[in-house]
Amino acid sequence: MFSRDTWTEIFKTIQKNKLRTFLSGFTVALGIFIFVSLFGLGNGLINTFDKFFQEDATNVLYFFPGKTTVPYKGYKSSRRIEFENSDLADIKKNFPMFLEYVTPRISRNRLVKFMEESDNYTTTGVDWGHQFAEKTIMMKGRYLNVEDIKHRTKYAVIGRLVEQDLFGSKNALGKYLDIGGSVFKVIGVFQDDGGDREERGIYVPYTTLQLIEKNTDKIDQFVVAFKPELGYMGAMAFERSLDKFFKDKKFISPKDQNGIFIRNVADQLQQNQQFARVLQIIVAFVAFGTIIAGIIGISNIMVFVVKERTKELGIRKALGATPKEVISTILLESVFITTISGFTGMLIGIALLSSLGESLSENYFILNPYINTAVAIFATLLLVLFGAIAGYIPAKRAARIKPIIALRDE
Amino acid sequence: MIEIKDLHKSYKMGSNTLHVLKGINFSVEEGELVAIMGSSGSGKSTLLNILGMLDVADSGEYTLDGVPIKNLNETKAANYRNKFLGFVFQSFNLINYKSALENVALPLYYQRVPRKERQERALKYLEQVGLKEWATHLPSELSGGQNQRVAIARAMASEPKVLLADEPTGALDSTTSYEVMDLIQKINDQGNTILVVTHEDDIAHMCKRIVYLKDGVIVEDKKVKQVRASKYV
Repeated sequence: MFSRDTWTEIFKTIQKNKLRTFLSGFTVALGIFIFVSLFGLGNGLINTFDKFFQEDATNVLYFFPGKTTVPYKGYKSSRRIEFENSDLADIKKNFPMFLEYVTPRISRNRLVKFMEESDNYTTTGVDWGHQFAEKTIMMKGRYLNVEDIKHRTKYAVIGRLVEQDLFGSKNALGKYLDIGGSVFKVIGVFQDDGGDREERGIYVPYTTLQLIEKNTDKIDQFVVAFKPELGYMGAMAFERSLDKFFKDKKFISPKDQNGIFIRNVADQLQQNQQFARVLQIIVAFVAFGTIIAGIIGISNIMVFVVKERTKELGIRKALGATPKEVISTILLESVFITTISGFTGMLIGIALLSSLGESLSENYFILNPYINTAVAIFATLLLVLFGAIAGYIPAKRAARIKPIIALRDE
Repeated sequence: MIEIKDLHKSYKMGSNTLHVLKGINFSVEEGELVAIMGSSGSGKSTLLNILGMLDVADSGEYTLDGVPIKNLNETKAANYRNKFLGFVFQSFNLINYKSALENVALPLYYQRVPRKERQERALKYLEQVGLKEWATHLPSELSGGQNQRVAIARAMASEPKVLLADEPTGALDSTTSYEVMDLIQKINDQGNTILVVTHEDDIAHMCKRIVYLKDGVIVEDKKVKQVRASKYV
């Protein structure tokens, strides 16, 4: 089946039947090319969408203190609510199955000095989980970790632009900074898709910050991250029980809307996920349709090819070709053509996608279109397989026809 | 060489059956040149197709070179055709995208003859039919007579026991017909067994024996004095 003779025969047949070769090759190449391009562009659209909506984590609740407006349980209205460390501990204790992490946020504007350079930066005391809430990306060094929080280390993680401002082209890692009169060691430099403002920030352990501020245990705000698998309904329920818990703990009337503010990103998350899902369904549907169209196209051509070759196959049979040889002649030829042209179309499509890059992002909201290579190869093989199946059925019939019928003059 | 006993064949035409061969008894010795004659519908082509294993009989015995031909599946029939038989058709039936040489070499390909030997043997037979210079031409670039000679070379290339020709001159003018018959006679002179189906009297008389078919039975079977075609060329 795979002798050199067989292939010579196939190559000759392909060479001498250019139209046929072109038709089946072109159909497959075009089908795969369109599939790869569409699928890739769809992914580009999803990329843009992700970039728009997912600068920060979407599975988080932001807690802000407020002022009561309703007297309750002997407390007057207009009372200022404050959060403290025990609130964090309570959340961890009472809601472990919903919780991914909790992190406080204590923001201070501090004068920061290094050698001769100095400037004011927002210095925020945080827990390790804050990295995920803000989607902070580490460029070098590391973020704050559990040990730093526990031992109240004087470590700082600085933004890319802070490093640029204070250190110029020098490496900030391991250097010591004067932050509001205390000395901190730089252990990491980060970047953030949120923009320049966020990259002009400094993160330090919140425990350290509290220690410097006369060992207080007050917290400005905090962020609670829940497990994403809770989904929309779970997130809303979690928010309600947290709200109730804190209103109880801080003696705020259940009717008071201003004691505590909770910003829930779950609403947004819900919409994001729905939109992403719809996009993915559309992309999958279009891609699936293209493949089906390709399969129908190649099947038609194979039926036509076998029909056109009926007489030739009759002659071959009269000269002593066995049915097996007749079938393998047709199948090997078709699989050969569809494989070569399928992978050509696939490579052209992938090349097109990678050449687009960000060029379409401005006007068409398509960013870095790409296709998973495994998906592209799978689709190509699928088309080759169906081309072979579509060729096999008429080939088998042609091989079974008595040569005398195939040879009969039309 | 060929032994046929009580051969029957009928075709279903809708609800009717058409009884084409009604008990043919017939034998051919090695080296004979036999013409099968008859008007159209007499069953002569059907007989040839059955002899050529392109079609199967309903009943009867057929022995070719001592091998009983029965219960053939397609693969077996293909192997027998390849080993025992060479075909020449009225409409040549050359593969139109292959050169003369490639057409002649095709039966050898199915005999799994190595490439080089295939080329050599094909060229040898093309030379025998006088078309060596045309080896690389496509059928569309050759005349009808030349095409038929290529077809004869192809039939001979596999060195068959029997050469079967179905109206080999049917599509040719008389001069070309005689050229082709001259070639067939020469091949017969080398000792090859040949059966020719024809409805032309002059062609039939260029054979050594004529079998007349009428309505599916043999009505006459006689030896004739061969007319050499070379006289007319």
